[in-house]
Amino acid sequence: MSEKFSLTVNGSTHSIAADPDTPLLYVLRDDLGLNNPRFGCGLAQCGACTVHLDGQPISSCVTPISAVGNGKITTLAGLGTPDNPHPLQTAYIEEQVPQCGYCINGWLMTAAAFLRDNKKPTEAQIKDALSGLKCRCGTHVAILRAVKRAATMMG
Amino acid sequence: MTTIETRNRLSRRALLRSGGALVVSIGASMPFDPAGAAQDRLVTGAKPALTPDQLSSYIAVNADGTVSAFYGKIDGGQGLHVAIAQMVAEELDVPFKAVQVVMGDTGTTVNQGGASGATGIQEGGKQLRAAAAEARRILVELAAEQLNVPAEQLAVDGGVVHTGTEMAKSVSYADLVGGRYFNVALAWNGKIGNPLYAPGKAKPKDPKDYKIVGQPIKREDVAPLVFARQDFCTDVKVPGMVHGRMIRPAIAGAVPVAVDESSIKHIPGAQAVWNQGFLGVVADKEWDAIKAARELKVTWSNAAPPFPEQALLHDHIRKAPVRKREVAEQTGNVDEAFKGADRIIEAEYEWPFQSHASMGPACAVVDIKGEQVTLWTGSQKPHFTRDGVAAILGLPPEKVRAIWIPGPGSYGRNDAGDAAMDAALLAKAVGKPVRLQYMRDQGTGWDPKGPASIHRARAAIDAAGKVIAYEFGSKAFPRVDVNSNESKPHDTLAGQLTGVALHSGDGFAVPEDSYGFANKRTYWETVAPLLDRGSPLRTSHLRDPIGPQVHFASESFMDEVAAALKLDPVAFRLQYVTDARDIAVIKAAAEKAGWQPRVSPRRDLSGLKVSGRGFAYVQRHPTRVAMVAEVDVDRSTGKVWVRKFTVAHDCGQIINPDGLRQVIEGGVVQAISRTLWEEVRFNTKNVTSVDWESYPILDIAEAPESIDVVLIDRPEIPPSGAGEPPIRPVAAAIANAVFDATGVRIRRVPFSPDNVKAALS
Repeated sequence: MSEKFSLTVNGSTHSIAADPDTPLLYVLRDDLGLNNPRFGCGLAQCGACTVHLDGQPISSCVTPISAVGNGKITTLAGLGTPDNPHPLQTAYIEEQVPQCGYCINGWLMTAAAFLRDNKKPTEAQIKDALSGLKCRCGTHVAILRAVKRAATMMG
Repeated sequence: MTTIETRNRLSRRALLRSGGALVVSIGASMPFDPAGAAQDRLVTGAKPALTPDQLSSYIAVNADGTVSAFYGKIDGGQGLHVAIAQMVAEELDVPFKAVQVVMGDTGTTVNQGGASGATGIQEGGKQLRAAAAEARRILVELAAEQLNVPAEQLAVDGGVVHTGTEMAKSVSYADLVGGRYFNVALAWNGKIGNPLYAPGKAKPKDPKDYKIVGQPIKREDVAPLVFARQDFCTDVKVPGMVHGRMIRPAIAGAVPVAVDESSIKHIPGAQAVWNQGFLGVVADKEWDAIKAARELKVTWSNAAPPFPEQALLHDHIRKAPVRKREVAEQTGNVDEAFKGADRIIEAEYEWPFQSHASMGPACAVVDIKGEQVTLWTGSQKPHFTRDGVAAILGLPPEKVRAIWIPGPGSYGRNDAGDAAMDAALLAKAVGKPVRLQYMRDQGTGWDPKGPASIHRARAAIDAAGKVIAYEFGSKAFPRVDVNSNESKPHDTLAGQLTGVALHSGDGFAVPEDSYGFANKRTYWETVAPLLDRGSPLRTSHLRDPIGPQVHFASESFMDEVAAALKLDPVAFRLQYVTDARDIAVIKAAAEKAGWQPRVSPRRDLSGLKVSGRGFAYVQRHPTRVAMVAEVDVDRSTGKVWVRKFTVAHDCGQIINPDGLRQVIEGGVVQAISRTLWEEVRFNTKNVTSVDWESYPILDIAEAPESIDVVLIDRPEIPPSGAGEPPIRPVAAAIANAVFDATGVRIRRVPFSPDNVKAALS
């Protein structure tokens, strides 16, 4: 049974009618047309659907819209822009990280929250923070280069 | 919104906005007064037919002087389009930024085979280079007529034909032909797909004159990805579209015998589509389609697929009747040499089934308007997908337009080919455009698999310690139960589940190297598929099809022979390898890695944590790769960490060194994952590895510290593949390093902690 929800995404508020059990992912993709969180597994195992809820990375594929409450959602589109990029976005371009790029939300959104809270992290800390995310093209070494570069930029 | 420059790759959003009708700015009308006969003959206002023998099928000069290069392959995320633009810009003498590459749309490109066998540059680029060279020749001829100057006195810079340094007379490409089309026939070899070649009369440039080829130009499509402005085929939306999901049986081979559609009546728009073994649902909203697929009540037939227990898989291969056998190479008298041997070294190796396990499960969108069909697909061979969709819908191929838009990863014949066909049947059945995406368990559980295999190698050694004979044989499931493209319904789940007559492909391969043993025999044998129709264990191409299997065995074995003969593994290889490029690549890898000659295993094997180094070398003709793996092994956990890889790579002429490094790096990491972790799990009912927990891949915590790459550039040798060659030696390099560290030879992939611990105990 459809219910009404108010959803704040990247600073804009939207009114949504959806079943309360609908995962946030489908609301963002299909109702709001925000394509960048992606369906990878539907099981919170890969990261492709990652968004921030009040600044913390969550798997939107297993988060029902009814659980979002008044939380503020940020997607990759809200992380930065070409004019005002997040250091991770700059670093990703410099290091030419992605191949197919389908996994990118998980890495960027998780790393963004991690670097915000952890200045000058060690490589081991970065690996630990990103562990569990999936990349199938094998860009892991490039991802680490980019996150380290962004960490340096963020000082 | 800030515009992001996507010059070299036609914006995916532009494709989507145009609703499938790709609008390219060629053919725009512009005033043009043909001054002479050449223009009338070589240029036309109406686009010639999109056939492989027309120059206009590959190259167009647009009204603004930019160049469109129509490339009948695709870029799966490795920056291939950048390299193609470099090759085209080089031959045409236009700036790199002036070239945009249009890829993988059957409405605008001819069938160059899609992504296939690392031939993107080797075959696809060769054709675009030839076409661009011919286009330049034609343009100079036109300029000669217009300027009234002999062609041989003309030069081209930045798309302007001129009379030399003073530029007394000049005319731009745009002014010559911009917005019109070449009307020039090429010498097409009559083939489509990878071998398509249609050169003109022009000879491509001498490599010593290159200014753009060989430069480390960056991909421009990374920025749209990181700013969330790049769409995938999962993002295509068509007016009136409904969402589809497929339903697969819990027991492989079972088919629905009853479907109770009333069980999903409460879900808005939910509808079941059932035809023999084919069963799917659609609904207006995506989440509703997922719920409908879960809630639909289905009664399945009894099925007992002839799957062995997984532990007995390789026994099954050993005992199964040989379906097809082929001796690939036979030199000297192998049997006699073995009879006269002083000693014989032999070993057997095993490789599991592996899954593409693409980052996301496949997606396709199909819109049927009367007899005109548009398909959006992530399949890496969209021209063949078009043919398959046309066949399953009973339409001629020209009624279907397949538009490739990047899918969630593609490493061969993955689930994308099946998704396109399933979506076509759903769309036809419900009379609406359908977007179908598989679920995770279907992406990993039901994609075509890389084949499981066993490999036997033996070497005859004489009294002086010389290898006098070598025999290598594989026995395996065939490389292609279903073909590497989906142009025929029998090669897809949709076809197989709707009763199409089966036709299982066959074949395998032997090692590619240049070991010059006097007596040598290599052969392969295949066995029949376990389940012949709709099997989750059907095989097809997975990146570097069967290369990893074969060379894990062959290059592990070379190490075993070297160790038995108490020879350094690199020195042993250099003693027998005969090809000069092979020798160079072996030496380059050893030198870069600081390889110190000694016998494996290392002398002191004690300690819970041990380290070792391993070497392997291969050809993937005509590319050559050699690599050194340095690993740490924890005896207590069985965990292998590949700390460092050093790779020497020779693929002839290098188009873009930075792009090439990224390709090699990704390939090596993916191959580390396949070596350490990947194994399709199954029981006697079905495949049971269906997500990232049950089909683990390499985690970033296990990423190597570094991957050093040495590129050997040979500008005078035509460029060859790089996407697959670095994959095939990785497993052997790791196996050889584990042996060096521990003294234990592991002859079965994957080297998961459990398997390694068992082998070490």
